[in-house]
Amino acid sequence: MKDRLPGIVVKGMSSAGIFIMIFILYFLFREGIPVLKAVTLKDLFFGDLWYPAENPPVLGMFPLIVGTLAVTAASSLLALPFSLLIAVFVSEVAPRSVRELLKPVLELLGFFPSIVLGFIGMVVLAPWLQETFDMLSGLNLLNASVLLGVLTVPIVSSLAEEALSAVPGDLRDASYALGATRFETTRKVVVPSALPSILSASLLGVMRALGETMVVLMAAGGAAIIPLSIFDPVRPLTSTIAAEMGETPVGSPHYAALFFGGIVLLLMTLGINLLSAWIEKKGKLVQ
Amino acid sequence: MKKFAAVLAACAVLSISGAAFANAIVMNGSTTVLPIAQAAAEKYMAANSDVKISVSGGGSGNGIKAIIDGTTDIADSSRFIKTDEVKAAVEKGTYPVPFAVAMDALLPIVHPENPVSDLSIEQLRDIYAGKIINWKDVGGDDKGIAVVGRDTSSGTYETWQDIIMKKERVSQRALVVASSGAMLTTVAKNKYAIGYDGIGYVNNTVKPLMVGGKKGSAETALDGTYPIARFLYMFTKGWPTGEIMKFINFVLSDEGQKIVAETGFVPLRVLK
Repeated sequence: MKDRLPGIVVKGMSSAGIFIMIFILYFLFREGIPVLKAVTLKDLFFGDLWYPAENPPVLGMFPLIVGTLAVTAASSLLALPFSLLIAVFVSEVAPRSVRELLKPVLELLGFFPSIVLGFIGMVVLAPWLQETFDMLSGLNLLNASVLLGVLTVPIVSSLAEEALSAVPGDLRDASYALGATRFETTRKVVVPSALPSILSASLLGVMRALGETMVVLMAAGGAAIIPLSIFDPVRPLTSTIAAEMGETPVGSPHYAALFFGGIVLLLMTLGINLLSAWIEKKGKLVQ
Repeated sequence: MKKFAAVLAACAVLSISGAAFANAIVMNGSTTVLPIAQAAAEKYMAANSDVKISVSGGGSGNGIKAIIDGTTDIADSSRFIKTDEVKAAVEKGTYPVPFAVAMDALLPIVHPENPVSDLSIEQLRDIYAGKIINWKDVGGDDKGIAVVGRDTSSGTYETWQDIIMKKERVSQRALVVASSGAMLTTVAKNKYAIGYDGIGYVNNTVKPLMVGGKKGSAETALDGTYPIARFLYMFTKGWPTGEIMKFINFVLSDEGQKIVAETGFVPLRVLK
């Protein structure tokens, strides 16, 4: 009995975890699917007007979905090149003492509270953007993307750095033995062999930006329009759910639509997850 | 086994001391009413040490929903109960009773450097609908208007929609902020902006506008001359009894209404 106890505890805990996950999924679908009684799937996905408080409510999620995609894409474009350069620098270029300082700093920055960033975006970055570019408002796609970039850089660079460090020394030695310089070794040997892990690190960063709520709630401007420039405000799904859930009558079509937005977000994350798993599998086959 | 017994005993002691607050009141609802509810609860608990009032602000809709479900004693709301909600309550066998506890007046606000000081309801409506997009069309400088609104499900938005917009929709391009505090910060930091906020939140970082020549204040909201004003409510499950009734009476008393004034809202009557 005593020997079996740890096994029972572990099994119990892990099945409880899985059970809770399944329950959350069930809950999400149970609360979200009833929205289809009020609007058709086509109007929900492709309707471009979001006036949920009207009677009857107008629930077109297209601007919200586009807002989420736009802010995620823009922040990834800003953050990923930086993250990879930082990773290469920390892992391949920096001397040991600098690396030992930079690594924990990066890891700490990864846990920076997003509400503080959102506040900086609202109080510092927005007025600065507005003054500098003389636009109507500094609360827009650009502002939110920069902040989300700041949030994702530490995560991606820290994970990518680990991937680079994990490249076996034999490979580097072989490259040097063939007369390659350090730059050539990094570019042609180390980075390519760590590429699958670097890509999944990047996708993890993309998911972080996709799911972030507080920063976009405070800095993205919140207008439910399809952005035509990076100076337009956007209203991503996450901030819509956060801002509207508390005030909407429970069980109404609007309430269900917000849960449906949660399902859409979940599917997006799932898609990225599958992509990341596929890349990792591919990478293992190559090696 | 001994340890287990000790933990059990500790739990028992804790639950008994918890039960010492025989009179526990749970209050939930509008974040607009929250400052009043919180200050009133603190004062009331200070005077009645055997009463425990827990206050949270989950939004008017959530508060009323909690009354319908019976999970709260008092629901704070910045709007009157909706027909659907009354129906749901009656189906569940509860009867929500409204008490108007204060008045809230919304003030249109702009950046302090903005020369505009008075707008009519029609001008405000056209600005928010996106029909007027330059300050020069309402007597200001030749520059664009950054329209800032509140989330469509907030009580503040509803009041603005009902009194200012009526059947008109707020332009999709209007910025949307999630709280009264965020509204104030956004307008204070943007010289092109126009927004609106409850009278209790407006301070000297922004410039309040007159509406149709009427200055928004406690007096003009109470006498009905200032157009953008609304009542704030506390709902109870059926007619209140016992401690809940005493608390509602306290909020409506002179002392309670003084708290209303101190938190920046408009008391229901002129206090001496």
